[in-house]
Amino acid sequence: MHELSIAMSIVELAEEEAERRGVQITAVHLKLGALSGVVKDALLSCYEMACEGTVLQGSRLLIEDIPIVIYCPACRAERPLSSIQLFCCPDCGTPSSEIKQGKELEVVALEVVSETASENTASENHECPNPA
Amino acid sequence: MPEPRLIEVRKNVLKQNDVIARTLRERFRAAGVFVVSLVSSPGSGKTAFLEKTLTQLRPNYRVAALVGDLATENDAVRLARSQAPVKQITTGTLCHLEAAMVETALAGWNLHELDFLFIENVGNLVCPSSYDLGEDLRLVLISVTEGEDKPLKYPTIFNSADIAIVTKTDLSAAVEFSWDTAYANIQAVRPGMQVFQLSSKTGEGVDEFLKFLSTRLDELRHSKQPACASTP
Repeated sequence: MHELSIAMSIVELAEEEAERRGVQITAVHLKLGALSGVVKDALLSCYEMACEGTVLQGSRLLIEDIPIVIYCPACRAERPLSSIQLFCCPDCGTPSSEIKQGKELEVVALEVVSETASENTASENHECPNPA
Repeated sequence: MPEPRLIEVRKNVLKQNDVIARTLRERFRAAGVFVVSLVSSPGSGKTAFLEKTLTQLRPNYRVAALVGDLATENDAVRLARSQAPVKQITTGTLCHLEAAMVETALAGWNLHELDFLFIENVGNLVCPSSYDLGEDLRLVLISVTEGEDKPLKYPTIFNSADIAIVTKTDLSAAVEFSWDTAYANIQAVRPGMQVFQLSSKTGEGVDEFLKFLSTRLDELRHSKQPACASTP
């Protein structure tokens, strides 16, 4: 169960972006590969916990599941796996461990609203906004 | 509240770990030390395997080990019997090792004085798969007593490892372990994966594995290329 530390890394990363860009984050978009070793449901519940007391409190985590894609040397093409228990080409059956996709654990986008237009001081920038 | 807008970012969540792992790998490479990490479920024989490996390598090679454990120092005490330098990393409640823990544990060590460094991860077939430790080679161990279907249950860890080791082969008959089935299951989730089978108790199969390790060390030292970068 390492989803809490993963969730905390996501929050940390988003906090940095929020501060750097002077924005309030309402949602974090994450790509999660089937081979990332991270369980989606566990991550979602840990995310809420990790956000508590931070500027991310009240934000949503939107997860896009990324399926496993291998390179089939026989077809000379990328093929999606039909089962995580069988690393072979779904078309011709050739085994392959050349993984092209499926290990992602990546923040790809943030949904943000700008902080008040009159923001001048750093301290205002760091105000913790009340979640809507 | 104004309408939210979408901004694109591309940030690997484990970047911090990966950066430290890369630095470690460069340090290992510069020192010429071959680094092997071990992952498995609890009780699959990692410590017995490591004790045997350290003891048999020690007359010819300079070896050391880092051992991750949740709470106890039992493993480090057992491994110290091999007379190799051993350091415990107590992770508390954390279920896996991270690169930063390895970095901290190595403070004060002169890596140039080593040929092999072993890193025993916390017994867990899930969480360690996400974390690169800077190792050259990651071993995943399964014991014959765990059943042949372990690879099918934990395909992710098999895909983060380079080599599989089937341990406790002296118990094969007692538990009616089928090597063919186990091998087929490993190949199903990781085609082409090299598999060793051995018994740390009787020593059967250990020499073959040690010979493999020696070859890998020679390759590392005679080539400027990375020997094998684990990229979980």
